[in-house]
Amino acid sequence: MPPQTSFQTKRSWRDLLFDARVRGWAAQVLTLAVLAYVVFFLASNAATNMRALGISSGFGFLGQEASFDISMTLVDYDLTDTHAKVFLVGALNTLLVSVLGILAATALGILIGIGRLSDNWLVAKLSLAYVEVFRNLPLLFQILFWYGLVLLWPKVRDSIAIGNSVFINNRGIEIPRLVFEEGSGLVGGALLIGLIVAYGVRRWAHRLHDQEGKTVPGLPLVMIAIAVGLPLLVALVLQFPWSYDLPVRKGFNYKGGISIPTSLVALWFSLTVYTGAFIAEIVRSGIAAVAPGQSEAAASLGLRSGMTMRLVVLPQALRVIVPPLISQYLNLTKNSSLAVAIGYPDLVNVFSGTSLNQTGQAIEVILMTMAFYLAISLTISLGMNIYNTRVAMKGGAPR
Amino acid sequence: MRYSSLAAALLMLVGLTLPASASTLEDVKGRGHLNCGVSTGLAGFALPSASGEWVGFDVDFCRAVAAAIFNDPSKVKFTPLTNKERFTALQSGEIDVLSRNTTWTMTRDMKLGLEFAGVNYYDGQGFLVPIALGVQSALELDGARVCVQTGTTTELNLADYFRGNNMEFESVVISTADDARTNYLAEACDVYTTDASGLAALRSTFPDPSAHIILPEIISKEPLGLIVRHGDNQWGDLVRWTLNAMINAEELGLTSQNVGEFEDDPSPKIRRLLGKEGDFGEQIGLDALWARHVIEHVGNYGEVFDRNLGKDSTLSLDRGLNALWSEGGILFAPPVR
Amino acid sequence: MSPSESVYPRGEHPDLAPPIREAGAAHWLRKNLFSSVGNGVITVLLGAVLVWSLSKLLVWALLTADFTGDSLKACTSAGACWAVVTDRFAQYWFGFFYPSEAYWRPLLAFALLGPALAPWLFELKRFSGPLKVFSLAYPLLAYWLMHGGVGLAVITTDLWGGFALTVVIGVTGIVVSLPIGILLALARQSELPVIRLCSVIFIEFIRGVPLITLLFVASFLLPLFLPEGMNFDKLVRVLIMVTLFSAAYMAEVVRGGLQAIPKGQIEAARALGLGYWQTMLQIVLPQALKIVIPGIVNTFIGLFKDTSLVAIVGLFDLLGLTQTILKDVAWIGSFVEAFLFIGLVYWVCCFAMSRYSQTLERRLDTGHRSND
Repeated sequence: MPPQTSFQTKRSWRDLLFDARVRGWAAQVLTLAVLAYVVFFLASNAATNMRALGISSGFGFLGQEASFDISMTLVDYDLTDTHAKVFLVGALNTLLVSVLGILAATALGILIGIGRLSDNWLVAKLSLAYVEVFRNLPLLFQILFWYGLVLLWPKVRDSIAIGNSVFINNRGIEIPRLVFEEGSGLVGGALLIGLIVAYGVRRWAHRLHDQEGKTVPGLPLVMIAIAVGLPLLVALVLQFPWSYDLPVRKGFNYKGGISIPTSLVALWFSLTVYTGAFIAEIVRSGIAAVAPGQSEAAASLGLRSGMTMRLVVLPQALRVIVPPLISQYLNLTKNSSLAVAIGYPDLVNVFSGTSLNQTGQAIEVILMTMAFYLAISLTISLGMNIYNTRVAMKGGAPR
Repeated sequence: MRYSSLAAALLMLVGLTLPASASTLEDVKGRGHLNCGVSTGLAGFALPSASGEWVGFDVDFCRAVAAAIFNDPSKVKFTPLTNKERFTALQSGEIDVLSRNTTWTMTRDMKLGLEFAGVNYYDGQGFLVPIALGVQSALELDGARVCVQTGTTTELNLADYFRGNNMEFESVVISTADDARTNYLAEACDVYTTDASGLAALRSTFPDPSAHIILPEIISKEPLGLIVRHGDNQWGDLVRWTLNAMINAEELGLTSQNVGEFEDDPSPKIRRLLGKEGDFGEQIGLDALWARHVIEHVGNYGEVFDRNLGKDSTLSLDRGLNALWSEGGILFAPPVR
Repeated sequence: MSPSESVYPRGEHPDLAPPIREAGAAHWLRKNLFSSVGNGVITVLLGAVLVWSLSKLLVWALLTADFTGDSLKACTSAGACWAVVTDRFAQYWFGFFYPSEAYWRPLLAFALLGPALAPWLFELKRFSGPLKVFSLAYPLLAYWLMHGGVGLAVITTDLWGGFALTVVIGVTGIVVSLPIGILLALARQSELPVIRLCSVIFIEFIRGVPLITLLFVASFLLPLFLPEGMNFDKLVRVLIMVTLFSAAYMAEVVRGGLQAIPKGQIEAARALGLGYWQTMLQIVLPQALKIVIPGIVNTFIGLFKDTSLVAIVGLFDLLGLTQTILKDVAWIGSFVEAFLFIGLVYWVCCFAMSRYSQTLERRLDTGHRSND
């Protein structure tokens, strides 16, 4: 704290030295200067080195032909496409495995988290064992391990067939693909209308319940009947305007259908199992954080246990669960970059790997890759902050 | 001066090497060891052994250069490098020589600031398939799943070949040769493609090698070489002539076992190689016995080949293209004169 | 003589044993395993699967296993072939190249880690002061033991490997990142906008990108950014990145602790005339750090697991070394055994640490509720 300056009329240099504001400004200017110097030092070195070594710079390489194959692509891609397209393909593959992983890990995490609180001793202990085993092993280790095991699945000619539409072998899982034909748009439209109508029915029933105290018997059934029945009816009329493209063994491989490569299976499984263990703990502690008095009070008001969970416990638990859950989702997305170890063609593998190797433009490639992940995490952080403010305004901490 | 040496000592403590002087040879001599970049693990070429030593074909060439400079093949510090790191490591001065089964291409020679000091292994990309697949030629591979290692010229050659022959393929991109073996043996891919030496090496590790064939098509030229930084000719010459000396030694019948017996040999070729005549050591900045040290400690080219890849190794590869020109191969080293 | 026959003063009758239906093994079973039909079915099914798979595992891993040999071919039994572990056992711990006559050095360094950490992790009644001094000197001592110089033969970092390297990367990362993380956390709370902004950008950037991209930067981008001819060896480059990475996470952990310290503490310190650094160093940080020790341990567990990523950039840590051993012709095919072994090593370390952090959390939870 600066000395009381109001009594002093003359300010000496010494006072200036001890003035918190002056010191603050000096510290900031100094920080900026050091940062600027470091950036300049690194950049000038990079420029010199790259000139000396004849490494080209700039983003022109994005327009060059990539001319290498990518084993799994969600959009059309061939050897004549550019490195920019490679970025897109890799980014989509990253998003695909992340979304799949998030969905599966959430489901598994909730299952295990509730299992941890089960009355059944065996279920509770097995859930605990699961959590302790899988969150205490490095993810990279797990990915390599599961990938090694997946390769021990049957060979392509001994594929496990489920009906004549799904085949499992150590190259991947072959599943049928839905082919939409003329008129399928109508079915889609009917589905949409069905959903909207069902939602309207639900709102009407709720209002009826709130205002007149009447309940609509079998509301869920009615809603399902509307949402499913309408498109089904349209589909019947149009004689099912779609077909299945079944995987068929042809030459070396299965042709047709959708092929889920083993690298995706192993990566998805590892991400699910690893993140699932963390989510289970989050779910468990979230539910445990809701005071038992809450469910007792709900029970004494006559709510059944399912309703207690859905209407009383979960909404409160969610406030505790959601923030760490989102951060697990982010972790999962970043962790999907370990795909590089088993050859799943994610962004880091195809772009920071193969494209970088072929073009040699490491700085640009790594920067673009980092920017992609940063964009995702900043977007989610932003959403998270908005959620937190909204929840915070509705009430205090859930305890 | 005392302060600067203190600073140097401090920097050494954190693993920082001081800016190199103009001559790599001076640096290496001053440092007391050679920094050599090798693969992170490729059977036959570079692999840590059970006794904790680097062994392999590429490793022996590092040792040969060290023997030429220090008369001691153990004065090498090996830096294992991934595909991606190898060129940066050389460019930045982290290593002095890159001996990591790297293909000599024009782009690499021109654009990356590198200089290929010579070819120590002539290779070409081929295809390995199980006999049970019933394939006789690479042209029958339309629609096959091909295992290929990432970050290599192999990946591009593969794409070029299939595109050029109007065939389709599915690639399974893997990061190491070991994964390639696992994938191939599990039949997660139908075909494995890499340099033919690698294919043969891989096949020899199979439980039943005779159930697999390497298809006759060799789709690329892969001269694998020793690489140094561009711009230091003296250093490039030293590495180049170490390799040439080893090939010449094989041609002249000098081995690590018998080199002592040639001490008084009258043949001028041998006398020049062993430093009895001429000033060849001085020309590359070494002492007169440099080549003798290489042969004595590491052996001639044939010995290195046989020990790591050839008949005395588990891989038992044929010499093939890598036999001497006089024995049906294309090894033809310029004479020491 | 049963207690019910005695006569007790009013209100001092000991608790009676529960009725027989409410006690004993049978009751426990009924309550915890067979409370309903559904529960009973689940119990039986899970129990059967568990017994079956554990017995299979036991037979494979121990009863029909081979334990020694110099290659996979030497194993002739039907079960596991642990020879891949036993044949190169020392290498898993010390790396391929660390000279065997110097194995005592990393061992000693590792053993001394205990006393160095003890005063921070446990509430010691005695020796706390001297041990704290010792732990400040520990990093240098450990470096000297591992690396040598001044009386010990020098063993350069390129010869380090295996579990020792995993521990070196983990411990260095956490020790160096702690002060950086504290500074970043303070900077993030600072009233000076430029400093706050720099800290936020740094933390959010590092936390927003995968570690593997930072390791790529270390392995082949960093040399491009240094003046020609000057370069760090790869381990140092990787250590720099790992440290920066964990510093960002550490900063967030410390920030949590700082936020838990009531404003009154700072105001009181200011009122006493303490300056910013005095307030922070003497009043706020000691309290904040104590709260966040579990968080620091958790960060360390995360970092310890993440050290396995250095295998991707070609360092021979425990995982990278195992992958390389499996490339040896003698051991190709021993994948499952080798991986199970190192998995066990990783697991024991992480599990022990997480147990410790949970105990600590519980202790802090009851002991320090007086803050608010």
